[in-house]
Amino acid sequence: MIESLGSISKYLGLPINSSSHGHMIDNMIGWVHWLMILLFIGWGAYLIITVIKFNSKNNPKANYNGVQSHYSQYAEYGVIVFEAFLLIGLSIPLYSQLKTSLPNNNEVHHVRVIAQQFAWNIHYPGDDGKFGDTDINLVDEESNPIGLVRDGNGADDIVTINQMHLPVNQQVMIHLSSKDVIHSFGIPEMRIKQDAIPGMTIPFFFTPTMTTDDFLQKINGTKREGKGYEIACAQLCGNSHYRMKGYVTIDTEEKYNSWLVEQAEYIEEEEDDDW
Amino acid sequence: MSDSHHEESFWRKYIFSTDHKVIGIQYGITALLFLFLGFSLMMVMRWQLAYPDTAVPIVGSLVKWLADLNGFASDGNLPADLYNVFGAMHGTIMIFLGVVPIIVGAFGNYLVPLQIGAPDMAFPKLNMASYWVYFVGGVVMLVSFFLPGGAANSGWTAYPPLSDIATTGQTYWLIGMVFLITSSLLGSMNIIVTIVQLRAEGMTWMRLPFFVWSQLVTSFLLVLAFPPLEAAGIFQLMDRVFGTSFFLPSGLVIGGEILKVSGGGSPLLWQHLFWFLAHPEVYVLILPGMGILAEVIANNTRKPIWGYKSLVYSATFLGFMSFLVWAHHMFLTGMGQGMSVFFQTTTMIISVPSVIILTCFMLSLWGGSIRFTTPMLFALGWMPMFGIGGLTGLPLGLSTPDIHLHDTYYVIGHFHYVVAPGTIFAIFAGIYYWFPKMTGKMLNETLGKVHFYFSFIFMNGLFWPMLIQGLGGVSRRLSDGGASYAHAQEFLHWNVVMSYSAWLLAVAQIPFIYNLIKTLLADKSPNPDPNPWNATTVEWTDTTSPPLGHGNFEKTPVVHRGPYEYSVPGESTDFTPQTQN
Repeated sequence: MIESLGSISKYLGLPINSSSHGHMIDNMIGWVHWLMILLFIGWGAYLIITVIKFNSKNNPKANYNGVQSHYSQYAEYGVIVFEAFLLIGLSIPLYSQLKTSLPNNNEVHHVRVIAQQFAWNIHYPGDDGKFGDTDINLVDEESNPIGLVRDGNGADDIVTINQMHLPVNQQVMIHLSSKDVIHSFGIPEMRIKQDAIPGMTIPFFFTPTMTTDDFLQKINGTKREGKGYEIACAQLCGNSHYRMKGYVTIDTEEKYNSWLVEQAEYIEEEEDDDW
Repeated sequence: MSDSHHEESFWRKYIFSTDHKVIGIQYGITALLFLFLGFSLMMVMRWQLAYPDTAVPIVGSLVKWLADLNGFASDGNLPADLYNVFGAMHGTIMIFLGVVPIIVGAFGNYLVPLQIGAPDMAFPKLNMASYWVYFVGGVVMLVSFFLPGGAANSGWTAYPPLSDIATTGQTYWLIGMVFLITSSLLGSMNIIVTIVQLRAEGMTWMRLPFFVWSQLVTSFLLVLAFPPLEAAGIFQLMDRVFGTSFFLPSGLVIGGEILKVSGGGSPLLWQHLFWFLAHPEVYVLILPGMGILAEVIANNTRKPIWGYKSLVYSATFLGFMSFLVWAHHMFLTGMGQGMSVFFQTTTMIISVPSVIILTCFMLSLWGGSIRFTTPMLFALGWMPMFGIGGLTGLPLGLSTPDIHLHDTYYVIGHFHYVVAPGTIFAIFAGIYYWFPKMTGKMLNETLGKVHFYFSFIFMNGLFWPMLIQGLGGVSRRLSDGGASYAHAQEFLHWNVVMSYSAWLLAVAQIPFIYNLIKTLLADKSPNPDPNPWNATTVEWTDTTSPPLGHGNFEKTPVVHRGPYEYSVPGESTDFTPQTQN
């Protein structure tokens, strides 16, 4: 029933859902809107009837006592029960599931995202699966925006700017931080949004369920035709906040792996350049 | 009061007055001008949102002049930097310089002493100080528009580190805020003491008009919630001017340069301190509006307000609870599960008294003999609009749906429904209702109705599409209205609808402004009716219109009954004044 009543969210104009948990948020949004619609229609109908029935022309003498029945109390109890259900039955357990049922560490892809004015630095651990150290003294906006130490664990790390690739149907754990001001990492289709707060690293996880290719197929013929997933900054971060977007590509596992290989080759080229 | 016996100079009487009525009107006029300014900034922003990067019509040269002064590039369009300035200042002006001063400073000041039968506020000089401190705060904010780099541009929420590293306008913003907060503290202390100490004989707590209750609760909110923000404002000022790091963590790299500060601070500390004020602030905006509504509804239904005691208890509970919900603005800052459970629970709890208040107002209509006067139309229009505002708060107050809706236009739609048709409709209702008391002249009803109907239509045209955009995931504070983002593409046409609604909403205010000016200039009848609405409360029955100079009452009123004794069975008239023996 939660699913079927929650499915009203399809008519609310939410973006196409492309993550494994997105339907939970959508259902919840649907449920809240049922309460809102019911209450609003109830209030609206009452208001219309009342202003007609008790117009001073129709009812020249007011009744000192007014409403004597207890229906309004029952309605208020109804609202309280409904809200308690939304809170205890849906929001708290869903939030708990979304935030604390951590994925198995062996299967999850870890990615660091470091926000800055006005770009998203995406940091992959490379073949060894371990992130290299970073040092702010090494930060160079041209060649090393996150100040990565290219020794030890960092030797094989991949860093891209505004290009995030992820495999479909696999769990992703993002470790989010910021170099300068507060940003917010949102991918509306994935139903994820998380503030990036300087001085903190905040982990969160999700599982994309639709490749970019399939998504682009789905939106064919709409106004966003040809425009796939993007990271959208959701927190005011300065004058170019409005265009602080990163491109997200969800690939099949093979394509994702070959993309990683391709990126790893660039590291070698970079080193050659330094030579 | 002996002051009325000798002639006062013009300056003493109208400018540096200690009479609560003059101060109330000073607040009212200043705040209305600021509301107009805040609205004008938004109208320019709405051009940029509907037609990004094209020259603004009519005021394009003014925008270019301001942009040149601030050092931004503009060909008559609104550049992103200036858009952010306008955005931050729209919010600041509307809330701190417009709505709070008008609803507490003007209505509270003017009406509280009259309604409780007091000759003035408890501390008239403090009252004068409160206005002038507000005035200085307003001037500081206005001056900041002309600085290099423009006025504050980090949003009205001024989140650090962005605000810590912003241009000089932010320093002026903080100084201005310190003045505005000080003014509110002076004013609210005064209102509390006045209500506690200066009630006329017989004006017991449960005989206070609900408007007075709403001002009392509001004043407590201001007194308790503003000091943390004042402290936070001074911390941020220290960060900016003296190099402290209250809100700056270590290791920031800004534009490729390591920020040379001691570090070790927390950006989230600001958010906690800010929202500890700014959530109660929402109730500061809406509670006095509800107070106005209670007066207008009782008078125009010609029957008592339904559930007076429920209203009083709900408002008090609302005030108390409003201190326990602030972090629902921060669900996405990475807070733990326990915190989010606590704050969404308190948020659901606080929705209950709000529903009770709205229900009381709606039930008050039942059995009434409703007069569709202009104030009543605004009151009736308020109900569904505030209903939408309140209901759209539910998905935002629950942490799970908030993941999608946080920082989208859904939030903007939600709080504008609460504050714009919510509070501002109540303000309009109050202006039309009490104007005859303040001036001895009635505003024109036909113009008032035109004003209402068009405002009602265009406010919905302006705010409803925000909810649609928000569900689509469109972020707030984007200076191109979302044009750069893929997911916003299907919702861009709504920007045009909203912008035209905004401009037509401005046109809909012309009958109001014309009505105000025309009525003010018109001749006053020699003996204006002190009680044209046949109301029961003390300000209508025991004073002239306008009330006497300093002192208000010819003879100290004595109160014998509750505030809303309309259509009492067995009485000869359909209203029984509070002071009737």
